[in-house]
Amino acid sequence: MHMLRRDKKEEEDGGGNPFHNIEKSSVLQEARTFNESPINPRKCAHILTKVLYLINQGEQIGTTEATEAFFAMTKLFQAKDPILRRLVYLGIKEMSKIAQDVIIVTSSLMKDMTGREDQFRGPAIRALCSITDTTMLQSIERYMKQAIVDKVNAVSSAALVSSLHLSKCSQDVTKRWVNEAQEAVSSDNIMVQYHALGLLYHIRKYDRLAVTKLVTKFSKHSLKSPYAYCLLVRLCYCLLEILCFVYFIRTDSPMFDFIENCLRHKSEIVIYEAAHAIVNLKNTSAKELASAVPVLQLFCSSAKPTLRFAAIRTLNKVAMKHPAAVTACNLELENLITDSNRSIATLAITTLLKTGSESSIDRLMKQISSFMNEISDEFKIVVIQAIQSLCSKFPRKHPVLMNFLSSVLRDEGGFEYKKAIVDSIITIIEDNPEAKEAGLAHLCEFIEDCEHTVLATKILHLLGREGPRTPTPSKYIRFIYNRVILENAAVRAATVTALAKFGAHCEELLPSCIVLLERCLLDTDDEVRDRATFYVQTLKQQQKSLKSTYILNGLQVSVVGLERALHHYTMEPTETPFDVKSVPLETAPITDSKQVREPGEAGGQKTEKVAASRQDIYAEQLSSIPEFANLGNLFKSSSLPVQLTESETEYVVQCVKHTFSHYIVFQFDCSNTLNDQVLENVTVHMEPADGFQVLKCVPCASLPYNKPGTTYTLVHLPEDPTLVTGTFSCTLKFIVKDCDPNTGEPDDEGYEDEYVLEDVEVSVADHVQRVMKPNFGVSWEEVGLENELEDTYALSTMKTLEEAVQNIIKFMGMQPCERSDKVPEGKSSHTLYLAGVYRGGHDGLVRAKLALSDAGVTMQLTVRSTDPDVSEVMATAIG
Amino acid sequence: MIISVFVFEETLFVRPFNADEHFHVKSTAHETMDGGILEPSLYTVKAMAILDNDGNRMLAKYYDDQFPTPKEQKQFEKNLFSKTHRANSEIIMFEGLTCVYKSNVDLFFYVVGSSQENELILASVLNALYDAVNQILRKNVEKRALFENLDAVYLAVDEICDGGIILDADSTSIVQKVAIRSDDIPLGEQTVAQVLQSAKEQIKWSLLK
Repeated sequence: MHMLRRDKKEEEDGGGNPFHNIEKSSVLQEARTFNESPINPRKCAHILTKVLYLINQGEQIGTTEATEAFFAMTKLFQAKDPILRRLVYLGIKEMSKIAQDVIIVTSSLMKDMTGREDQFRGPAIRALCSITDTTMLQSIERYMKQAIVDKVNAVSSAALVSSLHLSKCSQDVTKRWVNEAQEAVSSDNIMVQYHALGLLYHIRKYDRLAVTKLVTKFSKHSLKSPYAYCLLVRLCYCLLEILCFVYFIRTDSPMFDFIENCLRHKSEIVIYEAAHAIVNLKNTSAKELASAVPVLQLFCSSAKPTLRFAAIRTLNKVAMKHPAAVTACNLELENLITDSNRSIATLAITTLLKTGSESSIDRLMKQISSFMNEISDEFKIVVIQAIQSLCSKFPRKHPVLMNFLSSVLRDEGGFEYKKAIVDSIITIIEDNPEAKEAGLAHLCEFIEDCEHTVLATKILHLLGREGPRTPTPSKYIRFIYNRVILENAAVRAATVTALAKFGAHCEELLPSCIVLLERCLLDTDDEVRDRATFYVQTLKQQQKSLKSTYILNGLQVSVVGLERALHHYTMEPTETPFDVKSVPLETAPITDSKQVREPGEAGGQKTEKVAASRQDIYAEQLSSIPEFANLGNLFKSSSLPVQLTESETEYVVQCVKHTFSHYIVFQFDCSNTLNDQVLENVTVHMEPADGFQVLKCVPCASLPYNKPGTTYTLVHLPEDPTLVTGTFSCTLKFIVKDCDPNTGEPDDEGYEDEYVLEDVEVSVADHVQRVMKPNFGVSWEEVGLENELEDTYALSTMKTLEEAVQNIIKFMGMQPCERSDKVPEGKSSHTLYLAGVYRGGHDGLVRAKLALSDAGVTMQLTVRSTDPDVSEVMATAIG
Repeated sequence: MIISVFVFEETLFVRPFNADEHFHVKSTAHETMDGGILEPSLYTVKAMAILDNDGNRMLAKYYDDQFPTPKEQKQFEKNLFSKTHRANSEIIMFEGLTCVYKSNVDLFFYVVGSSQENELILASVLNALYDAVNQILRKNVEKRALFENLDAVYLAVDEICDGGIILDADSTSIVQKVAIRSDDIPLGEQTVAQVLQSAKEQIKWSLLK
């Protein structure tokens, strides 16, 4: 009665929440009612609901309290009331993590799980699995297997889903349930089908071949569940991505056909999943996209906001790579601009920005400014990225776009958002020299009031690099120096570096910069003080080479490599000082200038990480082979493996070249595609070119079917320093043993055989490591005229400047600096700057002046280096 | 044909193939707008919640540890509510997650998934949740009715999603599994026999006390 009155009162209060005033202690007290006999199901259910409510509200319950309530709850198994029983299962699941000795209910749950009441069985299985650990799993295994193939769908689903949860901690046991899962996939119930397919995939996910078989099998076996279809589409997508990741090309495959067929499925969920997968595949061709776009176009005019959102988000993605494919949808997109869901409107506008013409930009920018404040940061970032790509597409529009960016930079926003804006402005500055001054001015203004240290340091770094080269560098000094007074240590340190760069680059500013830097000598932070002292001393020396090496162009070693080399050095104390030249150089990122930045994904940075780590992995692998222990440091590994066979032959071999200071190691990754043969003692015999000398072969002891193996050949480089290129003819030599395809057991007897491979080329590029010189001009002066070589070439096969630039970079294997790999449109001449380090640690710089003429491209090549031989080698690289 | 293709590509890797690593290639772009594709998995739902018209939690279930403490969870709910309670537009990208939602009178229903998740799947779960609650509350979807039937709603949520895996998305079958008590039906809709039966029960219980 009391309860009721309280309820009434609350209702008058307007809360109407019967659970509003409950307290943990009183509810737990009430839970003792569970021990009474006979059980009052209604009352107990009400109390149990309160307990569940408390837990759901995030109330913390102590272990002893929980254990007590849990034990009281177990008494409720005596009641037959279905609701109460089901609530008990919920209670067990909720408390399984906080109470102790929860396994006490195992037998009760097992009874329900195998009992006659079908409506108890599924939930009982799920509750049981939430309290089961690996040690107990054995005892319920038999029941689980039965439950998976149970004819009651809810039971089967519950068992399958619980198996998936369990497999997180004990993969081995659930593996044995494959056959049952297999049977469950053919169930009539759509959810059972879906769960069974999910479990099958999970069990096999580390075996790619088995996953392929799974997909091939079920893509023909028409499933009923749309969710299961989505899962299959996703599996196909992943397999295709791996194929593409490895091949770098797309092949026609039954899996792609399956995805395409799903576009005609009757469920919207599946259609969308398939369209989404096609759009997300790397290297989708315009033709392949053509099938997905009309589907998405149709969704755009759907009445359901979710469908419109999904469609426009995917179309937006298409527009990044293939704007032309989306232009057909422009009409639908125009209609979505005024959509009441701001997310949809934003995506529509950004998509239109990508597909539209130059004339529509002003109108769209106006539209988007009107609701920029209403959308979430994620979408603001999308807008910013769209604007960034717009800038490279229509460079003439940069004033409008730059104005927009600077105004949003002043608005409120999170770090990610600000970072996107700053990145965009930086990209625009780098791409478009006309926008540089305006952009730098906006950034200067921004750091005046910037709460993000990372962004401030980034901008200061940029100012240090770009500022000195503008017509009036002095105007940036004030902005930079203000940071020293107002900011935290990290920013101050960056400021000091930026100031030093101004001093090093501009003679007239040097005295004032030194004065400013001297004021930092008494800074409270060690790093700032150290930097200031270092720079002041260096600048006072007034030496070009010092300025270039220590201020304008920094260290170029790989950080991982430096760490390893230093560690190695400290492990083995020697008299000789540490030599920085022995540290492997940083592998400069191979950035493709035409690469489309995807939203939220820093495209360039990702490849950089991969490239850098790849060489480190190689270095580690090679150093673990005793034969190669004395070769010295790995200088360079060729980035992409070269195929020495066709892809469908019996044996597949590819080659990676590792250059050391006096040796080259050829690494041959071999694979045997014949399942009735085992190859043993596999080596690659190389016929060396002039001056090269084959020293050693490290054979691959055994090469069974489908297990890749590696053999190495060590070659000594010619003594003549100018003799560096050559062609090697290669033969694979091995002993063949026949074997049983099923067991892989080889015969005792074998015979020798060989297999001719394609030739391996060693080019100049193999001896050169790419190095980025942020300030090419200074380095050029630093190296000086001493070893300069100059020559003029007519490149008659090249038709455009871009083509010539790409080919020169490829032949030289050097890093283009100052963004000179980008040829401005409509120009008939261009200068390419390349920098690299030659084997042995000699800097090599190349300036190639290109001019377009009727008979192709004419090139004047100037090479400077610290070593005369290196200049000679480099000058002959193109010929 | 496919088999031979796969054999070949094994050779390209220096290291042995590790499925996890490569299936994860896509999922690194987490919490961005990039609509890449997730690692294939049944774990679709990250959270489900029912909030009232002040953004207070009526019920919430979180299925992964993106928001480990109740405090973080409630903060997320508050933020989500403030973004969604005015504009009824059904879907929003929020804090790097896709949230689909629906409201009626004084209740807000949410289903949350990864930003790379198929939005339509999440919407189907939301519909299942809403329709099941609608049936349990007999089309009277409001806060008061929800509190009166909180036990049944808990059970329904448990039947829709188990640890992040969609268990069932068909509202009729969900409600069937929840099996509401017959005596919960309002007096006017009960047959005479049912009324008598429940009266008998209640007398019996009061005597036994």
